[in-house]
Amino acid sequence: MAGGAATDSTSSGTSWRRLVLPLLLPSWLVVGIFLLMPVALMAIYSFLAKDFRGGVIWQFSIEAYDQFFLDRGLFGDEPPRPNWAYIAIFWRSIWQAGLATLLCLAIGFPTAWFIATRNPRHRALWIFLITVPYWVNLLIRTVSMRFLLRDQGPFNEALMGIGLIDSPLRIINTDLAVQIGLFYSYLPFMVLPIYAAVERYNFALSEAARDLYAGPWTVLREVVLPSVRPGIVAGCILVFIPSLGAFLAPDLLGGARTYMIGSLIDEQFRGSAGNWPFGSAVAMVLLTMVLAVLLWQARARKAR
Amino acid sequence: MASARTDIRRYAGFSTLTALCLTVLYVPLIVVAVYSFNDSRSITAWGGFSVRWYVDVFTGPESPVFRAAAWNSISIAFLASTAATVIAVSAAVAMVRGGRFRGRQASFAVINLPLMVPEIVIAVATLIFFTTIGLRTGYGTILIAHVTFCIPFAYLPISARLQGIEDTYELAARDLYATRWQAFRLVLLPLMMPGVISGWLLAFIISLDDFIITNFVKGAGMETLPTAIFGSVKQGIKPNIMAISTLMLAVSAVFVTLSYLINRIGQKAR
Repeated sequence: MAGGAATDSTSSGTSWRRLVLPLLLPSWLVVGIFLLMPVALMAIYSFLAKDFRGGVIWQFSIEAYDQFFLDRGLFGDEPPRPNWAYIAIFWRSIWQAGLATLLCLAIGFPTAWFIATRNPRHRALWIFLITVPYWVNLLIRTVSMRFLLRDQGPFNEALMGIGLIDSPLRIINTDLAVQIGLFYSYLPFMVLPIYAAVERYNFALSEAARDLYAGPWTVLREVVLPSVRPGIVAGCILVFIPSLGAFLAPDLLGGARTYMIGSLIDEQFRGSAGNWPFGSAVAMVLLTMVLAVLLWQARARKAR
Repeated sequence: MASARTDIRRYAGFSTLTALCLTVLYVPLIVVAVYSFNDSRSITAWGGFSVRWYVDVFTGPESPVFRAAAWNSISIAFLASTAATVIAVSAAVAMVRGGRFRGRQASFAVINLPLMVPEIVIAVATLIFFTTIGLRTGYGTILIAHVTFCIPFAYLPISARLQGIEDTYELAARDLYATRWQAFRLVLLPLMMPGVISGWLLAFIISLDDFIITNFVKGAGMETLPTAIFGSVKQGIKPNIMAISTLMLAVSAVFVTLSYLINRIGQKAR
């Protein structure tokens, strides 16, 4: 009600209406100059030719996109074939991010449900426990995971200690390590929005369904899930999008064979061997994919 | 009868999965915190309890690097979160109190844009921008980038708080001949304070945390704590890195606790 009251009386004394422009100007200026313009410039860069020592030559060229999608042989004179190398990296990123999202959902939903059904006085404390790791530096969390999973790390030592394995498992530098890293990095992002949705859920609906002889899991599937869907979708997006462009997990936990989009982009801007137009083109493809996901979500939300 | 009385809130296995979730979240951090007190030079074998690596962080051969990096990180986080909070307060007042106006949705998108664009893309775009306009990368460029991506993090708690404050307080102040500025400074701003502080704390931590964007726009020879740690970790995890990590972990825990307490006080005061 408070929000309604605030907007209803805007015509009266407290109206900030005439000041809207100057009040919003700072955010428009900062985001406009330091984010929108850079992204536009990056789009332009992706259509320029590369210079040898990193940087660009101001000359229109679609070479970067050509390199991304087509393979013209070592000297560029063979008939173009589709280039799978970069598409494979994108494909790996998509399934790694998708799998991380599913795993986070599988653990995050029960956790969110469990917390939302605690005594209201204790819920804040449970949520506090989930948010503390979220506030800890992601770099430090990833380094900790690397320390834990090393060949001679505590995880392998513990498994050998209880006699489950004889020699250390090689986890680090594999796709599995990257997956564990992504899952671990973004797990809190899944719990929080689902918790918010479950907390608003009307449990009388479950009760009614149970009275009509639905089993508990049927209730969960047919009644609860549709009601809390916006929270689940929000959680999935919050995990999927940062996983897709992740840099730290593949870089610190993976190896040369676990390349993801983030590492590919990063590499194009390192030192003089880089290729700025190509890096910009890859970033443009990533940005397009992310915006497509966000637009799809916005439209799905409106349609409901 | 029995089925009617079973708790509709309980599902078998959910508490186990919650325990698993918390274990996954905390075990790596606890392990590093424990090993940071290891007396051994090797990071594998346990050599007894010691604080030597904490002493090493402050006085060891790498301590000047860490000290400079810590100073850069903290001063940038302080300046960036303060600037972002001022911008966010002004934006929140317009968005929540401005009624319906043209470009409201576009403004909302602009404020939240740094949340929607992947970090690596922001990093690349910002580097290209600074290079093209000929700004030398360093402290200044890091600060500008941080102010930009901190805005939505400061904005969210502030606007959430403002939405919960009815405008009757301001109206009363205005009826008693307070100017708009007085009504804002003496009535609205104090009411918004829990949200403002939460927003500032969140922005501060987000700035302190950032690695990817900073790494792109920092330029040569300039380090913040995350980039210094990253550089060091690339050559292998050393015990002093675990000590620094544990210290930063403690700082984060203090911040989140503060923000939690301030929010609770704010809710009680309402």
